[in-house]
Amino acid sequence: MVYLTRAEHFNAAHKLYNPAWSREQNDEVFGKCANDNWHGHNYELFVTVKGKPNAETGFVMDAKKLGNVIKNEVIEKLDHKNLNMDVDFLKDQICSTENLVIGIWAELKSHLPAGVQMHCIKLYETPRIYVEYFGE
Amino acid sequence: MGEKVAVFRREHFNAAHRLYNNGWTDEKNTDVFGKCSLPHYHGHNYDLEIKVTGEVDEKTGFVMDMKKLSDLVKEKVIEKFDHKNLNLDTEEFKTLNPTAENIAIVIYNLLRASVDKNLDLHIRLYETPRNFVEYPVEVKGRR
Repeated sequence: MVYLTRAEHFNAAHKLYNPAWSREQNDEVFGKCANDNWHGHNYELFVTVKGKPNAETGFVMDAKKLGNVIKNEVIEKLDHKNLNMDVDFLKDQICSTENLVIGIWAELKSHLPAGVQMHCIKLYETPRIYVEYFGE
Repeated sequence: MGEKVAVFRREHFNAAHRLYNNGWTDEKNTDVFGKCSLPHYHGHNYDLEIKVTGEVDEKTGFVMDMKKLSDLVKEKVIEKFDHKNLNLDTEEFKTLNPTAENIAIVIYNLLRASVDKNLDLHIRLYETPRNFVEYPVEVKGRR
């Protein structure tokens, strides 16, 4: 089994806000991340898939095709967007980096070729904050 | 005369913005600014490099106390812009388009009066790891 990772990036606005809570409770829990008028990030995304290298191509998966899948299924939906307002797969969710990786996993998993599985979604919200999701 | 040295301080903030010229139609804004003009905003992690150049003070050995520079940048710039919407939440960009170019000029102007006039000030602002701007531009022949 070999792990193949493709790095992509996007930028977006968001806020952390739970509509079931009062303004005060949101401010207390999320601090300045709950700013009404949004803030934003440059997100760095690392998608890792796993499989056995194909005997004829030597590839787990054509990295160019993996890049196209990520661009078509994820980047197009997120880049230069407002995560709270513009993204179907995040509707009614709190737009934390944690929920974002779970959503990205779900968007990608059905688009991989036979014999290739998702292994990890790693997402940097800032150079100092990142999350990982292994589908568990 | 002390030797001239440049000292640098890095800070960072993140913010939402959109590129939009109020004097243009939506169509023209989309034409010029593309997805940077989308109505619901997008955002960036901005990395800011402040460069201060001047003679090393004989008594302190400093060009400028870096703690004071850091406090100044936090007070004048970071508190104003961090986790904000540049278009909606800041006075500076109520009408000025918040491009990286304009943000760098605004930051320079916010800091200039608080930095000793004998020291040169220079701003480098990264909007993404691959897009960055500098202000002021060093003119050839100027010291």
